[in-house]
Amino acid sequence: MVAAYRPKNLKDALEAIIYTEYIVLAGGTDLMVKKKQGAGLLPAFDKPVLFIADLEELKQINEKEGYLTIGAACSFSSLIDNPLIPALYKQVFLQIASPAVRNIATIGGNICNSSPAGDSLPLLYALDASIIIENSCRRIEIPIADFITGPGRNMLTSSELVTAIKLPVLHFDYVVYKKVSARKSTALSKVSFVAMAKLKDSRLEDVRIAFGSVAPTIVRSRDVEEAIIYNSSNGSLDKTEIISYYTTLIKPIDDQRSTAFYRRQVCKRLLVDFLGNWLC
Amino acid sequence: MIKEINFKLNGKETILEIHPLKRLLDVLREDCGLTGVKEGCGEGECGACSVLIDGILANACLYPMGKIQGKEVVTIEGLVGTDRYAILKESFEQAGAVQCGFCSPGMIMAAESLLRRNPHPLEQQIREAISGNLCRCTGYNMILDAVQMAAKRGDGIW
Repeated sequence: MVAAYRPKNLKDALEAIIYTEYIVLAGGTDLMVKKKQGAGLLPAFDKPVLFIADLEELKQINEKEGYLTIGAACSFSSLIDNPLIPALYKQVFLQIASPAVRNIATIGGNICNSSPAGDSLPLLYALDASIIIENSCRRIEIPIADFITGPGRNMLTSSELVTAIKLPVLHFDYVVYKKVSARKSTALSKVSFVAMAKLKDSRLEDVRIAFGSVAPTIVRSRDVEEAIIYNSSNGSLDKTEIISYYTTLIKPIDDQRSTAFYRRQVCKRLLVDFLGNWLC
Repeated sequence: MIKEINFKLNGKETILEIHPLKRLLDVLREDCGLTGVKEGCGEGECGACSVLIDGILANACLYPMGKIQGKEVVTIEGLVGTDRYAILKESFEQAGAVQCGFCSPGMIMAAESLLRRNPHPLEQQIREAISGNLCRCTGYNMILDAVQMAAKRGDGIW
């Protein structure tokens, strides 16, 4: 069995995965931990590994007509250093892990890992990011909320690669991003929360709210957001009702990092704070 | 499966016949005898195995060798002998930033990485730069002092 393959370019990678089922490794910051056996031992990969971190085609960042296309193998540090990425997005990426891990970990990896606690995901959901998937003969674009189907699950098949992420460049007047974790650095979130509001002539024009780590996938509801926008414009925003909507959408669990009770409380307070302070 | 991997290690062109999934950390310690690279957690959380890969700070425990092909790796041993290392070493010693010493190579690599990018860091920037490195002895403040001291003494060399 071939233990690992380093494709020369994207075309080579897409051809390699037609015939062999690979574990695709970009940054490896999640995979190397999951497959770790201990000091001096080989990590236990049960399928051959495809190294894609050095594929130039996957490391490009472009902006065109208000949309950023970010190569899947871009590290979070490269996004933080890139002038095309809005400061608001960088603020989220800066809270991921530690500098050394951000230097290696990729945005494509964070998406494909599809963890409910994936740090970039609430922002990507809130921005309506789409995922660009390629195989050797086609290229498709899928909204992130459709791409991720459950904890650690997504619709990628073994003959496809996520090659890029498409993100709109949007401006918001108020942005709240909160990653609640045991410590500031190198921690997995207990709850993460992104909320953004855009005003026009002091009226609410758009609002985006997303919660991470409190359900099998990121929680976001465009219906509730539209209700907030509509009701706030005619002065009939019932915050208690909005909060109770989200309370039914989030489904936190008890695990080693936190409890369902704590997570519910924190989500509720973050929401109350956002609705009260930013949307009054 | 053994593969030939070419890379530059501490300035020297190196060719190793090695399994492409073996961790860089194990290769450095076991095959290259570079034991300044420590294994603390093996999960990218403690920073004790920090090295520079193409000048960028990375955890050697998270790097399979297949990804090292064609790259340049610098460990703490590769810094020894430079003026920058001399200043960092002296500053760490004088600030009391070394107690058991296990985290020190990783801390020094993180400091080197910071000072290369930002030779005059603010306190908050130093805290951020060493945020991926755990120290169980010093309580971090002395390490912070050491990096500040090194930045001042090494003014102009980074």
